[in-house]
Amino acid sequence: MINVRDSYLAEILKLGKRPAMWILGGVFLLLAQVFGYLLPYVAYRTGSGGFAAGESRARLLADILPARLVGNTLGGFPMFAGAIAIVIGAIAAGSEYGFGTLKTILTVRPQRLSVLGGKLMAIATIGLILVLAVFVSAAGSSAAIATAEGRALDWPVIGDLARGLGAGWLIIGAWSLFGAALGVLFRGTSLAIGLGLVWALVVENLVRGFAVVVGFLDALQKWLPGVNAGSLVASLGATPQTEPGGTPGVTTAVGGTHGLIVLVGYVLALGLIAAATLRRQDVG
Amino acid sequence: MMEGIGGPATERGQSAKSAASVIETRDLTKDFGAGTRAVDGLNLTVRTGEVYGFLGPNGAGKTTTLRMLLGLIHPTSGTARVLGRPPGDPDGLSRLGAIVEEPAFYPYLSGRDNLRVLARYARLPDDRIDAALEAVDLVDRARDRVRAYSQGMRQRLGVAAALLKDPDLLILDEPTNGLDPAGVGEMRALIRRLGANERTVVLSSHMLSEVQQLCDRVAVVSHGVLLAEGTVDELTGRGALIVRATPLDAARERAVRVLGPDRVNVTDGALRLDAAPDQAARINRELVLSGIAVSEVRETERTLEDAFLELTKKDGDQRA
Repeated sequence: MINVRDSYLAEILKLGKRPAMWILGGVFLLLAQVFGYLLPYVAYRTGSGGFAAGESRARLLADILPARLVGNTLGGFPMFAGAIAIVIGAIAAGSEYGFGTLKTILTVRPQRLSVLGGKLMAIATIGLILVLAVFVSAAGSSAAIATAEGRALDWPVIGDLARGLGAGWLIIGAWSLFGAALGVLFRGTSLAIGLGLVWALVVENLVRGFAVVVGFLDALQKWLPGVNAGSLVASLGATPQTEPGGTPGVTTAVGGTHGLIVLVGYVLALGLIAAATLRRQDVG
Repeated sequence: MMEGIGGPATERGQSAKSAASVIETRDLTKDFGAGTRAVDGLNLTVRTGEVYGFLGPNGAGKTTTLRMLLGLIHPTSGTARVLGRPPGDPDGLSRLGAIVEEPAFYPYLSGRDNLRVLARYARLPDDRIDAALEAVDLVDRARDRVRAYSQGMRQRLGVAAALLKDPDLLILDEPTNGLDPAGVGEMRALIRRLGANERTVVLSSHMLSEVQQLCDRVAVVSHGVLLAEGTVDELTGRGALIVRATPLDAARERAVRVLGPDRVNVTDGALRLDAAPDQAARINRELVLSGIAVSEVRETERTLEDAFLELTKKDGDQRA
């Protein structure tokens, strides 16, 4: 019987006390605040327009008010939150090889799959905490801006908020699993982070760029995790990159349901790949 | 320091050991890639309650064998049972403590938190941690991060981790590595205490005197092959007789006539005879009756190191 609970409690203790996790979480929150609220608000106040040509000041302000909390917050998830999630996953899984602690853990008692299960659950917990923290801080910022501008505090309905939280958690989960699977496959952190970031920030963008002119790449991009994450958040109100004031990584290449299903598929597939790899691995 | 773990030391003796085996391997083999055989058809039997020495030169396959026994690596062929279970089985691991090579810990966590993490994995209460830290004299540094520990302190933390479960079987791979002389003495005393009762200890070491002092039975491996397995007495075998006599050449000729040429050597100006101690009087009489002056006849003890070097040299010669 696989006992994931014991492994989960051990993982939470380890990751909770790991400075790198707090730093990454802090960076995530900071980036979300700076690019989601601070810079747009500064742009609005100084009258210099948004990031995209043609965006009006009124639209700029509307995007950072409470009513657009879900869409505006999720806009940053496909790209930079994904990158941070890859690093979190790679560190959580890969550093066991770098420290040599996988050997220590596996001689204590748990089965390999329970170690992995506990680890993935702990990563998911961290992802959920990050998503909640980003939404709470975004809500605070949007409320402060609305108050400062004398606008009403019109919050999204609970259903939209829940869908937004769920989508954000799924995106963080898929990308962090991507990092964790790379960490297990390459038995370390450095290569996993490097390859993960190259994939998320370079390869996917290149595929998207060439998809316009190369037919099979257009078909391929519809199955990429970043494209599906971007489509999922677009379906929940994030402004696509192609529109004025749009966010990099947000796209309408596929529908929201397609994006949801593909991301769930990635979570399952990456979990299975990591499990199959760890199960047969020789641990040095 | 290191008191209270394992109970009082008692005289070790083969009679105290059970015939039941704690570890059994059958034709255990491990290949790393094509042409690299690290362990070759190993058959080991470790009995309940004994301190079992696992000896071999560097690269002999000791650590690879221990890793297979712990389920860290998969054998290419052959089987192993550890505490009656397959290697890596949670029920077996729950009764086993191990240090394999250098103990590995999370450097950003304190010594205590590292043990807390391991206690959670093993589903053990936190109160076991203090006893383990006390056993290895790390209580004062338990709050420090492991990255600030010396190698010796990490080694002691490794032993504390192995003791967390109060295991029936303890597998220690070079446990005195990195310890200062006082620490080595304390560690040996601890191992002696740990192995004093029903607990079984497997000690892999290149410190031959350590193994000779601590172990009931010993296995010698080289190039992944078991060269010998038995009690220390069985491995060291009988000693030799050293005879100082004048003239030496005449004494040698006479000794060869009595014992045969294969059992007579000249070392450091004396005869070294491969003969049992009860033959000393007879040999002395033969030499004296031949007109040879005998100034000394004494027995030399063959050490485990002698036996080990002989076994591994023979193996090396055969391979050459």
